[in-house]
Amino acid sequence: MAEHHLTLPLDEATVRGLGLGDTVYFNGTFVTARDEAHIHALEKAEKGEPLPFDLDGAAVFHCGPIMRDLGDGRWEIVAAGPTTSSRMNNLEPKFLRTFNVRAIIGKGGMSRPTVDAMQEMGAVYLAITGGAAVVAARGVSEVKGVHWLEMGMPEAMWVLEGDDFGPMTVAIDAHGNSLFEAIDAEVERNVPSIRQRLGLD
Amino acid sequence: MIPDSLIEDVVVQMLRNAVTKLPHDVEDALVRAHATETDEVPRTQLKTILDNIAMAEDAVTPICQDTGVQIFFVKQGAVETGDLVEAIGRGVARATGEVPLRPNTVHPITRANHKDNRGVRMPYINIEPTAEPYLEMTVMPKGAGSENMSQMAMLTPSQGIKGIKQFALDTLVRAGGKPCPPIIIGMGIGGSADISIHIAKEALLRPLGEHHPDPDIAALEKELYEALNEIGIGPMGLGGRTTLLGLAIEYAHCHTASLPVAINIQCWAARRCTARIHPDGRVEYPTHPGGA
Ligand code: SF4
Repeated sequence: MAEHHLTLPLDEATVRGLGLGDTVYFNGTFVTARDEAHIHALEKAEKGEPLPFDLDGAAVFHCGPIMRDLGDGRWEIVAAGPTTSSRMNNLEPKFLRTFNVRAIIGKGGMSRPTVDAMQEMGAVYLAITGGAAVVAARGVSEVKGVHWLEMGMPEAMWVLEGDDFGPMTVAIDAHGNSLFEAIDAEVERNVPSIRQRLGLD
Repeated sequence: MIPDSLIEDVVVQMLRNAVTKLPHDVEDALVRAHATETDEVPRTQLKTILDNIAMAEDAVTPICQDTGVQIFFVKQGAVETGDLVEAIGRGVARATGEVPLRPNTVHPITRANHKDNRGVRMPYINIEPTAEPYLEMTVMPKGAGSENMSQMAMLTPSQGIKGIKQFALDTLVRAGGKPCPPIIIGMGIGGSADISIHIAKEALLRPLGEHHPDPDIAALEKELYEALNEIGIGPMGLGGRTTLLGLAIEYAHCHTASLPVAINIQCWAARRCTARIHPDGRVEYPTHPGGA
């Protein structure tokens, strides 16, 4: 499995070249977005209003960080691990198609409609270790800004500068493959022997 | 009398200890898990977790950004205290700014956030009287990712032990990679609906590797732990050998016509800190002997 150190924003060919299980690190600017930011961005797009950050080719991180307010609009990142991506399952396919986002970073994976949208648009899902908030924060050299802070610290859209941000694992590729679906199938295969071991048959 | 101000200070220190440094039993279990994995993907996950733990401890910064809601277990020994609940609440509010903790606590319907992790019945404080000559407080900051995967069921007595095992397997499969595995399963069997959930959470306070004193329950813990760990979910649900770091069961006698069973799931960031305050003002942190 290959290791890639990529510069943001991403182009389609780079993203299509990533294989399931590959390790990825990012350099460059990316943003956080959770439920509220997804909804808000889609509402703005529907009204034809511009977003404060161009998402074309971008990486979007499912994350509600802890930030320290240094005053004068400056922020320090304290902890920034991923949140559970499945909460965004019903928003992500539309989000990917509307904004041409190339990478989603999160934990726990996403459902088939997102896998399909990623295949169609040329995007990947990168799993970053859940709870490893300090490792993730170390990969951010600068908090470049924040939008929509009125939605609260976790829900706001934070603009971050990545400095070898990672490691992340390609868990959904741009060709319709999902590591999570493969693991689900394996879990299903393992259930009968566990049932037998526990005397449930 | 133990002054409120001391309790407040200790609560701040407990939270700083809890969210920045895991108890040894948890860290040791993660080191062992890393040694067990052979594939690259689960090894990367566990390596990142171990790196993260080391960095958090070094920088005295939260291990995970979800510093949870603050659940307290207080053993009120034979010592005099003032307004204990208020003192703990003030400690939580201060820790939210000083550690810092993420302001997670919201109104359940309006979702309004007071930004200090205080609210109606929050922090949640369980108080149990004891005969010990000190006040003992344990805090368990509980993140939502794992808590959201908790389940409880009112089984019928005829479903018996098989029903309990099936429930554990179903709950684990449904949780999958969402609660940040490797996880610890806390199981509560018996009591009533509320008691089963309460003791499932209490089971999570037991250090890994310690078993229930009742040999039959200890055997069930071992059997379930070993069998369920064959599931293949692996660290972060990306596959691998380690899905569980431990499984602990507590039980309570129950009504002859019912069999409540509950599971509370704890992620790898199994944070807890205990403090003992003696009447002379001495404070010990048994889970964090070297400080944070
Ligand atoms: S489940 Fe635990 S490790 Fe994962 S994000 Fe939540 S608190 Fe952190």
